[in-house]
Amino acid sequence: MHLSPDEVVFWQHGFIKLNATIVFTWGLMLVLAVGSKLVTRKLSKGLERSRWQNLLEIIVTAINGQIGEVGLRQPEKYLGFLGTLFLFVATASIFTIVPGYEPPTGSLSTTTALAICVFVAVPLFGIEDRGLGGYLSAYLKPTFIMLPFNIISELSRTLALAVRLFGNMMSGTMILAILLTITPFIFPIAMSALGLLTGMVQAYIFFILATVYIAAATRTRKTTAGSED
Amino acid sequence: MDSMTLIAIASIVTAGLTIALGSIGPALGEGRAVATALSSLAQQPDAAATITRTLFVGLAMIESIAIYCFVVSMILIFANPFWNHAIAQAVGK
Repeated sequence: MHLSPDEVVFWQHGFIKLNATIVFTWGLMLVLAVGSKLVTRKLSKGLERSRWQNLLEIIVTAINGQIGEVGLRQPEKYLGFLGTLFLFVATASIFTIVPGYEPPTGSLSTTTALAICVFVAVPLFGIEDRGLGGYLSAYLKPTFIMLPFNIISELSRTLALAVRLFGNMMSGTMILAILLTITPFIFPIAMSALGLLTGMVQAYIFFILATVYIAAATRTRKTTAGSED
Repeated sequence: MDSMTLIAIASIVTAGLTIALGSIGPALGEGRAVATALSSLAQQPDAAATITRTLFVGLAMIESIAIYCFVVSMILIFANPFWNHAIAQAVGK
């Protein structure tokens, strides 16, 4: 029983390792990309549409609505990044139904990479919306004494994002592995269902926290300029 | 008692204590959060979507404290660097 899928190595040459995390991540990327390509080949604008198009529309509209509810005024700008975060973590969790699969988000490398993406995206969106001066001056609010605390809070919430997702996914797989060696029939099925539920909740949490951080970085423009759109 | 036994005892006891004490705080906090959310849902049922979403976000933040303790406990049991170092020394001798 291993701590993370990093330890399952399929092929190694020098220090370049092909471990289970990379294989499953690329598998997920393949499924998401090929699946959406197949579904969006013939989109229809009328009332007659395929089931898969309907499903994708429900998902995309729901994500768009959630982004708008948090307070971002043009959800379509952020839909690509935030929607991808949610879809990746959600599909990584759903595929635990498939036997022999381990979620790549159960490895600290994957979750740290996702958290670093959010860490880089927040200043990017903030600067794009408020300009460099406007974004940097937010670090001096409410007083300039708060500057080190604001910086520390930026770093610590990135770390918290990574460890939260890693801990939840890793604990799900580890409890399943332990239970399978003890009571191998009904109880692991219940724990597997619980793991699915927490996986979906954690995907939503990751997405909503990223949205809230981006909204906090782009927020004050709404309150300072009353006549701007 | 040689150092290997000492490392093993310390790791096992610490792992157990970490997860035991580390789950008390978040459990109490989550209980209070859900209780307040339920009473505010009873007062304003039409804000249910906002309240539920905020409740889940808050619960995840509280839960992450327990997750930190769990990760430390797992590291002590399965990926303990001190134990690996002691094993490597024992094998080398």
